[in-house]
Amino acid sequence: MIIAKLHIPDGFINIPISALFGIISIALIAISLRRAGAVLDDRTTPLAGLTAVFIFAAQMINFPVAAGTSGHLLGAALATALVGPHAATLALTVVLGIQALLFADGGLSALGLNIFNISILAVWVSHFLFTALQRIFSKSKFGVTVAATVAAYISVPVAAIGFSIQYALGGTGTISATTVTSAMVGTHLLIGLGEALITFITISSILTTRSDLVYGYKPKLEVRG
Amino acid sequence: MKKLLGRFYFAFFVVSLIVAGALSYYASSHPDGLEKVAEDVGFLDTAKDSSVSGSPLADYGISGIENARLSVGLSGVIGVFATALVAYLVFAISKRLRKSK
Repeated sequence: MIIAKLHIPDGFINIPISALFGIISIALIAISLRRAGAVLDDRTTPLAGLTAVFIFAAQMINFPVAAGTSGHLLGAALATALVGPHAATLALTVVLGIQALLFADGGLSALGLNIFNISILAVWVSHFLFTALQRIFSKSKFGVTVAATVAAYISVPVAAIGFSIQYALGGTGTISATTVTSAMVGTHLLIGLGEALITFITISSILTTRSDLVYGYKPKLEVRG
Repeated sequence: MKKLLGRFYFAFFVVSLIVAGALSYYASSHPDGLEKVAEDVGFLDTAKDSSVSGSPLADYGISGIENARLSVGLSGVIGVFATALVAYLVFAISKRLRKSK
């Protein structure tokens, strides 16, 4: 096996809690499905699809972080900056669905857990951080790049906290939730650096070539719920 | 402008194909953050095999193809096309939902 597994497998979290997060995720995806279409026009809709494609591809590249550990892109902050939070939720849900169903990466019963952590929690935290940081750093291309990069860094430990909460609620292991949380956050504070780097490179390349397509770089479209 | 836009999207797609089809072979095979934590802290044994672990594409390879580079790369290419297709459908539905309001 060359490509490491990326997502929560079946068994880590019990069925009731997995089902609960599945239901929450379905409800929030339905909202995003209705909202995303309003944000995307004929020019930017392909970008939303290609964001999913690129994140699928980039997630295949596990990068080494520390002794015996690898990390991989989540893509939540990148997608949010490129196409807005609702379309980002949809794009990442597509990626996680393909990975779970075709590649057996991430359990089927755990799909709701993975979608919640990456497509919803990491996306919305990224969105709020991104808009807040833009207010501090200005809405210039530089500001957009800095905001997306910082949001990317923070989104990784945030997703790790998402898992830790799920573990505290329904973990099947005997290890205490406190131990799991501190290990998860500690490791992912390191992995976040890779996320920040990939996001920085991608967002600055796209801003250089086609900044007009970037959702986060449209001051007029900035105020959205 | 329209033509240039098409070119930009085509380039974005080709970059994704290269990343999934060629660069993926060089990915680190160490466990990722979650798996490593589960192993170190001690709950990795609670993981169960996915119910689709028998999928011909399971674990980003193609069953039956011995050559690792080809197996991973081809599975990445298939994944890129599958993601593009499903994403296209999802965003088409999303656009339609908006128009029908």
